[in-house]
Amino acid sequence: MELILAIAVGVLTTCGVWLLLRPRTFQVIVGLSLISYAVNLFIFSMGRLRIDAAPVIEGGVIDPANYTDPVPQALVLTAIVISFAMTALFLVVLLAARGFTGTDHVDGRER
Amino acid sequence: MASSIFLIAIVVVPFIASLVAALLPQTARNAEAWLSAAVAIFGLAVTIWLYPQVTDGGVLRQEISWIPELGLNLIFRIDGFAWLFCLLITGVGLLVVLYARYYMSPKDPVPRFFAFFLAFMGSMLGVVLSGNLVQLVVFWELTSITSFLLIGYWFHLVQARDGARMALTVTGLGGLGLLLGMLIIGHIVGSYDLDIVLASGDLIKSHPLYVPALLLVLLGALTKSAQFPFQFWLPHAMAAPTPVSAYLHSATMVKAGVFLLVRFWPVMASTDAWFWIVTFAGLTTLVLGAYIAIFQTDLKGLLAYSTISHLGLITTLLGMSSPLAAVAAIFHIANHATFKASLFMAAGIIDHETGTRDIRKLSGLFRFMPFTATLAMVASAAMAGVPLLNGFLSKEMFFTETALRDANPFVNLALPVGATVAGMFSVVYSLRFVHGVFFGPAPAGLDRVPHEPPALMRRPIEILVLLCLLVGIIPGITIGPFLAAAVVSVVGPDTPYYSLSVWHGFNIPLAMSAIALAGGVLLYLALHKYLARGIEGAPLIGNLKGQRIFERVLVTISWKWAKALEKFLGTRRLQPQLALLVTLAIIAAAIPLVAGVGPLALPPTPFDPAFALVWGVGIVCAIAATYQAKFHRLVALVLLGGAGLVTCVTFVWFSAPDLAVTQLLVEIVTTVLILLGLRWLPKRVEFDSDDTLSRKARVRRIRDLGLAIIAGCGMALMSYAIMTRPAGQGIGDFFLENSYKLGGGTNVVNVMLVDFRGFDTFGEITVLGIVALTVFALLRRFRPASDSIEKPEQQRIQNAFDDQRPDRNSGDTINEYLMIPAVIMAWLFPVIIVLALYIFMRGHDQPGGGFAAGIVMSIGFILQYMAGGTRWVEERLRILPVRWIGMGLLVALATGMGSWLFGYPFMTTAFQYAEIPFIGRVPMASALIFDLGVFTLVVGATVLILIALAHQSVRAPRASRRPAIVREDASPKPEEAR
Repeated sequence: MELILAIAVGVLTTCGVWLLLRPRTFQVIVGLSLISYAVNLFIFSMGRLRIDAAPVIEGGVIDPANYTDPVPQALVLTAIVISFAMTALFLVVLLAARGFTGTDHVDGRER
Repeated sequence: MASSIFLIAIVVVPFIASLVAALLPQTARNAEAWLSAAVAIFGLAVTIWLYPQVTDGGVLRQEISWIPELGLNLIFRIDGFAWLFCLLITGVGLLVVLYARYYMSPKDPVPRFFAFFLAFMGSMLGVVLSGNLVQLVVFWELTSITSFLLIGYWFHLVQARDGARMALTVTGLGGLGLLLGMLIIGHIVGSYDLDIVLASGDLIKSHPLYVPALLLVLLGALTKSAQFPFQFWLPHAMAAPTPVSAYLHSATMVKAGVFLLVRFWPVMASTDAWFWIVTFAGLTTLVLGAYIAIFQTDLKGLLAYSTISHLGLITTLLGMSSPLAAVAAIFHIANHATFKASLFMAAGIIDHETGTRDIRKLSGLFRFMPFTATLAMVASAAMAGVPLLNGFLSKEMFFTETALRDANPFVNLALPVGATVAGMFSVVYSLRFVHGVFFGPAPAGLDRVPHEPPALMRRPIEILVLLCLLVGIIPGITIGPFLAAAVVSVVGPDTPYYSLSVWHGFNIPLAMSAIALAGGVLLYLALHKYLARGIEGAPLIGNLKGQRIFERVLVTISWKWAKALEKFLGTRRLQPQLALLVTLAIIAAAIPLVAGVGPLALPPTPFDPAFALVWGVGIVCAIAATYQAKFHRLVALVLLGGAGLVTCVTFVWFSAPDLAVTQLLVEIVTTVLILLGLRWLPKRVEFDSDDTLSRKARVRRIRDLGLAIIAGCGMALMSYAIMTRPAGQGIGDFFLENSYKLGGGTNVVNVMLVDFRGFDTFGEITVLGIVALTVFALLRRFRPASDSIEKPEQQRIQNAFDDQRPDRNSGDTINEYLMIPAVIMAWLFPVIIVLALYIFMRGHDQPGGGFAAGIVMSIGFILQYMAGGTRWVEERLRILPVRWIGMGLLVALATGMGSWLFGYPFMTTAFQYAEIPFIGRVPMASALIFDLGVFTLVVGATVLILIALAHQSVRAPRASRRPAIVREDASPKPEEAR
């Protein structure tokens, strides 16, 4: 399972970086989204993979060994929100730049 | 320690008063003057009151702990020398305030003047009272900045702007040097405390870093005091209003440089390096300044060069490093301040009453303003060093020191000769000032008849001139004790004997004085014809313009070199920048891996073919989205959603229900968002590109692909390596153990977000709010590209279909689109609200929470927009997303601050169990209210972003009819006005 997730992170990163380096704004926004999936999964995997050990406790005395690490999850939750905000902002900047310059090239002009 | 509190107040009060002065109305000329005078009187009174504590080497200190580990404490200290400076700053300050009240025109914005003036006074007092080296530099730079503002006060004048800029550049550069120098001294001594530094003279002088420290400190001091080769900024600073010149260029700003030299004289002087550099700079400035001053045609220019020359005199004395020379230097600092301030004020009065400062146009003013003329003549005589005036005494001491020097033949000759020649020149320019302005025929070509100024405007000059006389005739009584206090604090308890009396008998210095006076008069007579022709600039060196050299250097460094460097190192294209960024990230990530990653340790989790299948789909989605992103945006978007869903499944699979919920909801909103944006992107038709691809583009693609594959492999390797090795002891256990005990919730992730790490979440929602407002603001001015304005192709086809059928109206097909789902969507609205509430309420104990609930709620709104259209929804629902954002932030903040009421730190949560009918025992944590804030803000932000985008379809056709550039003030043409 670890191997599959690692390959998945790798493929998402590869696709994301490739798109990030493309000249069209829409490609960049898709690339950023793919990179944020990859990074979120990467941070999440820092807590190691556990099945059926969600950090929702029962109350009473708690043995931390029965639950997965909640810290990476809290971090990823924040990361999801921020990447949503980033995507929204980038999309609007992209649209404004397109309206302003007449092109969807990342530099604002065709080469 | 009441008196030491006043020590702080004396520095702080001017700054506070400066703020008050800035807020007074434009016309409050008298109120401003009273306020400033009150501050100066307060400072003066405190200074005088503190006098008994600084005699005989006494030091008064007040220390405020700030960062003691770094040796950074706020220390204010006063000794005899600092006391003398305080007296000058506050005393001359008071007189200048009185003068400025009459000098400034009612049309000038006085609040700005007095605000800057008071801030400058505070900074200057801060410099002289600082007991910490770093603190001293801070105040030092503050004087640079405030003097910049004062010199540039009449910023509509180009000379004022240039002069201010030049002063700031030169003194600011010196300030940076000084900071470095102070850091080096602090490093040598091991403390930034001035008292400790002053006790470590031998340590500093014998340290290998002494010379760099000396050079840097001198850079600061010599730039500030306008010493050669940095003297050129001072004449240009004369563009300031005259009260500013009278204050900054007599008693304060330029004196800060020599203050620094005196302050560090005990610990840095009497080495060869000090002697040669300081004496050379001082003597050159002394002679050169006096020489140029003779040939100035502007009164203030003459005084400026004379100031430069007199500062050169003080610097020369300090360079000689003998205790008696230091005494003379301190004495001359005080003397120069009194006569030069009065001369600047007299020049200002002349300018004020005649409308010009040009010596060539002025003459015979004595008969129009006899009082002012007499005062100016006495002050000029002091400047020239005429006996029975204070200037004579210190100049005599200077001559004594130069004559007694016994180093080597060259120095023995150069010092006395230079001193005498400079003395001669100073007689010449003093004569020119007096004779040229006040005697001769009545001035011709003035646009008004000059007369005496208001009596109060003359009062400051009268006081200063009286002081010149008193000090000059009875020095032992008037200045003796104060000078003694200052000298002891610099030179130390074993100060050699010095005599302040006027008559020392016939000796070499007296002969030098006589030669200077007589020679000066003869030289003036000889030069009279030449000067009467009124030629600009001094002969021989007139073409050497400091300003031109300065401008050229500035242009070269800040424009030519900067451009060349930018061309060489920078690019304005995004792609190379991103490629560089990725490369650097790869390198940074690879460095720690060089050391190896250790052996495999964790058993892998059991393989599940279903998971492999899911990710098989996910990987295909990602690659296909990548492939289609250029020509088929909609397809790419759908595939991107696929990859997102697989990510979401992964979270569910590996025990992260909260992440899965949030990811799913965010995925939906993001997709809707991008769908709304797609309409405004240009159409791109696929063509067979591979044949036409240039070689360069091919190389670039291969490079990008290489980078992408390296990055991907790196990430895969790293995450695999980490996942198969045991985790270290993290902080996760703490949260698991205390989530219920301390936070009252069983969903640990949610408790962390709203409780343990609530402050982070607060920052995060603030970011979200800012983003939403930015999006809103950007889209208000949105103007679509010309090829996106028309109705979309699909709508045109549908309308054409309607037009062909006689039984249909144009637009029917669009309205009938998704009719049944639209009804269902409208009905779903209350259901979604309940769902959002449910997710919100369970959040603390079960997966869910304010953020997820907020997104659900906004999806509810979006569905209404999709079902009914923008206009339909807005006729029925009043949504004010900006208010939601504001309310959300306020609620979250108020919850955080609420804990202050109970004496706990910001964002401490409380929780309690409450019995609610039908539901039972429910934990009620204050975090729930915080979460409510999160919920409200998320609803507001998400809805604001989506609505702002959706509105473009309604707005855009209207916006596009306007001209391409609309100015705020341009009124619409008739046919466009609705």
